[in-house]
Amino acid sequence: MERDAEIQNVMTTGQSLYHRWRKLKNHGMTTVSGLCLLVAVVPLLLIFGYTLYQGASALNLDFFIQMPKPVGETGGGMANAMVGTAILIGLGALFALPVGILAGIYLAEYGSNPLGVAVRFMADVLSGIPSIVVGVVAYIIVVLPMKHFSALAGGVALAILMIPTITRTTEEMIRLVPQSFREAGLALGISQWKTTVRIILPTALKGITTGILLALARAAGETAPLLFTALGNRFWSTAIDQPIGSLSVFIYDYAKAPFEDWNQQAWAAGFVLISLIFLLSLIFRFVTRSRYGEF
Amino acid sequence: MKKLTLFLAAAALLAGIAAPASAQLKLNGAGATFPYVIYSKWFDVYHSKTGIEFNYQSIGSGGGIKQVIEGTVDFGATDGPMTDEQLQQAAEKQGTPVLHIPTVMGAVVVTYNLAEYSGELRLTSDAVAGIFLGEIQKWNDPKIAELNPGKPLPDKSIIVAHRSDGSGTSYIFTDYLTKVSKTWEQKVGRGTSVNWPVGLGGKGNEGVAGLVKQSEGSIGYVELAYAVKNNLPYATLKNKSGNYVKANFEAVSAAAAGALKNMPADLRASITDAGGKDAYPISGFTWLLVYQKMKDKEKAEAMVKFLRWAMSDGESYAKDLYYAPLPKEIVKLCESKIAMLEGK
Amino acid sequence: MAEVVLAQESEAIAKSGGPRPPAAASVPGTASSRRWNVGDFVFKHLTMLFAVGVLSLVFLMGWEMYRGSSDSIAKFGWNFLSASTWDPVRDEFGAFPFLYGTLVSSLLALVIALPLGLGVAVFLAELAPSWLERPLSFLVELLAAIPSIVYGLWGIFVLVPWLRLEVQPWLGSHFGYLPLFQGPPYGFGMLAAGFILSVMILPIIASISRDVMLAIPNLQREAALALGATRWETTRVVLSSARSGILGATLLGLGRAVGETMAVTMVIGNRADISASLFSPAYSMASVIANEFAEATTSMYTSALIEIALVLFVVTIFLNALARFIVWSVTRRYKTS
Repeated sequence: MERDAEIQNVMTTGQSLYHRWRKLKNHGMTTVSGLCLLVAVVPLLLIFGYTLYQGASALNLDFFIQMPKPVGETGGGMANAMVGTAILIGLGALFALPVGILAGIYLAEYGSNPLGVAVRFMADVLSGIPSIVVGVVAYIIVVLPMKHFSALAGGVALAILMIPTITRTTEEMIRLVPQSFREAGLALGISQWKTTVRIILPTALKGITTGILLALARAAGETAPLLFTALGNRFWSTAIDQPIGSLSVFIYDYAKAPFEDWNQQAWAAGFVLISLIFLLSLIFRFVTRSRYGEF
Repeated sequence: MKKLTLFLAAAALLAGIAAPASAQLKLNGAGATFPYVIYSKWFDVYHSKTGIEFNYQSIGSGGGIKQVIEGTVDFGATDGPMTDEQLQQAAEKQGTPVLHIPTVMGAVVVTYNLAEYSGELRLTSDAVAGIFLGEIQKWNDPKIAELNPGKPLPDKSIIVAHRSDGSGTSYIFTDYLTKVSKTWEQKVGRGTSVNWPVGLGGKGNEGVAGLVKQSEGSIGYVELAYAVKNNLPYATLKNKSGNYVKANFEAVSAAAAGALKNMPADLRASITDAGGKDAYPISGFTWLLVYQKMKDKEKAEAMVKFLRWAMSDGESYAKDLYYAPLPKEIVKLCESKIAMLEGK
Repeated sequence: MAEVVLAQESEAIAKSGGPRPPAAASVPGTASSRRWNVGDFVFKHLTMLFAVGVLSLVFLMGWEMYRGSSDSIAKFGWNFLSASTWDPVRDEFGAFPFLYGTLVSSLLALVIALPLGLGVAVFLAELAPSWLERPLSFLVELLAAIPSIVYGLWGIFVLVPWLRLEVQPWLGSHFGYLPLFQGPPYGFGMLAAGFILSVMILPIIASISRDVMLAIPNLQREAALALGATRWETTRVVLSSARSGILGATLLGLGRAVGETMAVTMVIGNRADISASLFSPAYSMASVIANEFAEATTSMYTSALIEIALVLFVVTIFLNALARFIVWSVTRRYKTS
């Protein structure tokens, strides 16, 4: 009897010790994973904070409205680079929007077949192709035949980069529109394509637009594909068939340079870029959160 | 639907503004970073004078040569002259020969970052070759210390920086090293792109200057203007005559003085390791690469006018920016080349 | 908006004499009572055309690069991938140093980012309360949105000096007997590239792992908890079910690391060399293209660079395809249960 009680006692103690060990592990791992999160978020804050801190001093009116000065002279700005970036993503959008939106519509409306599966897969694969490779392709198909660098070549490279994102965003936003809309349209005898274009699409448009803007903002940050397509331009240029400057390539040139003034300007440009992207990401998140809760 | 139409209209408007934008003449060029400091000054001044835009991308001499061969630019620039094969390629592809027109002369200096060491650093050609071959690895190596007695050098590793892109500056530097070091000649040789035995690669003169500026204990080679503009110290080198010379425009002009006698007809001359007691050993010309027959008449005229301006007014900017202006005799030779552009 | 259109259309229909019979293909897939509608036909095939366009874009790219690199392929064959001499002067091109640089920097990035990313995913999927989870997820995704060039900028001015002045000397003095940590502390080099890549791929691994873990049905968690498991032990169960999805996430992260250009180019040191030490400068496939493409002076040089681009293209497609397939099969398996 006593021995049984003793054995019971040891087992309970052992069990409670083991319990405590498991609890400890539990707390420990929670802490560890929380730490991981901290370690992950810290670089983000560091990068953003550092860019802000360094870029803020160079971020003045001159930066936005002035042209770059000759090498070694302080001052000047990146007005032409900003216009250049705007033109490049405008060109990219010109090519990517029709392709992306229409392909996205196809996937959402008619895409539950093997072709749809293949297209979706390829779009995902396309989004994983390094931007430098896209730049090489744009060089081969635009720069070589034209025999010189141009904003057009840069625009083509950016378009290829934007197409997968736009396709997927369009598809997803259209899928979010409740079936009831579609059924209502069809029940009234409206043809399917009209239902899509005049009812579904406008409803999804807000999400699609914000998604597109986000894709554009990301394209604005691309550097590698522009290095040997749009090349660069220290003068004011808006011509499509000429080389054109861009914020991202300017950052690259100015960051490597030994001139501190240029380094500062690079930080300022970096700050402009990431602020744009962050802002649009925030807006996108806001616009696309549970839009159809009430249906 | 409306938004789509609006967007297309905006795009068309943009295209309308953008495409035939310029009543102004624009020429595109690309090439050497070596003369970029003075070229960007020249093009800026010339633009305010005449309104003509010379858009120059400093991507390195190798890039300049390639674009000239491919015909993707209106002119190029290099400090490593084109080889005979390259000239032939260009002539075949573009249907017109390419002319080398020297614009200024400059010095390639050996710049370094050694916070603990102040004052002059003396190096011989052997020491420089040894460092860049990776044979001399520490700053307080006896081969360097014996040249600089009286000032202790730190026990630090030497971090070598060189060009990662095709570079005329590299050409001038390796040309010098090939002349002064048998080991270098056998192991590496001269060229715009060589197999560097050691070191980090930086893109452009700015890249190497940036690397040196940011890395303590580093050493690299850049054009004089880049070292001065960034307050980077550079070494005093022993020249062929045995004198220690610091780089400045007089020393470079002294180096060129010897070259005048042996100037080849196509003006592709090397002035490294020049004789002459005040000559700076790593000096070089830099050239603009111009098509003898440019496709566009207006552009050809603009080019001719600019070149003549550069040879006269342009040269006055050289000294302030740490380049050496061309000697008068060479300017005369250039004039005969410029005349060829006009079909004479 | 949609309501207005509906109202307009029903007015138009009323005017034309009542609703028409259901339009063609109102229920996709059925072949019954198909009334031919030109608009539908045109629209469907127009969108199909563009969808096929997207599909063919990938093949077009591959084809153009294959053509562009034909000279180099013809001259070097498979040796291109194993030879180590990259000599533009003598037109001798061997891409092995770049393959090595890309591989090592990416693997280093994975070694750092995988445990961290998993930790983040675990926290977000299992342990964080929902009010905290959403903004934190957003923050992690923002990391992925920072352009590569800004990473590079930060890399040059913050990461590299820190490595050169603090980390590398410390590693060298404590672990210098390992060939991994020998050589002068350049700052720039393989270590810097690996570090910066790890920051860049962390959000990918974290987000996708989190998605995969969230896709695993609660039934598993409830079962574990019912058996008396602690939170952590439940998480372990979920993790083991999510194994293949996490593998997919890893492959996607690897794919991104392999193709990353600007940030790597700015910190890797740009030296085509193979060295055991993490301190030494290196060169990646993407970096060599970025640095040398604009100035490849001979057509063989350009062809060799295009061939490197082709290799990158094939590798990233392979990694991405494999990863997407794995992630897709995992999330699919759990969608139906």
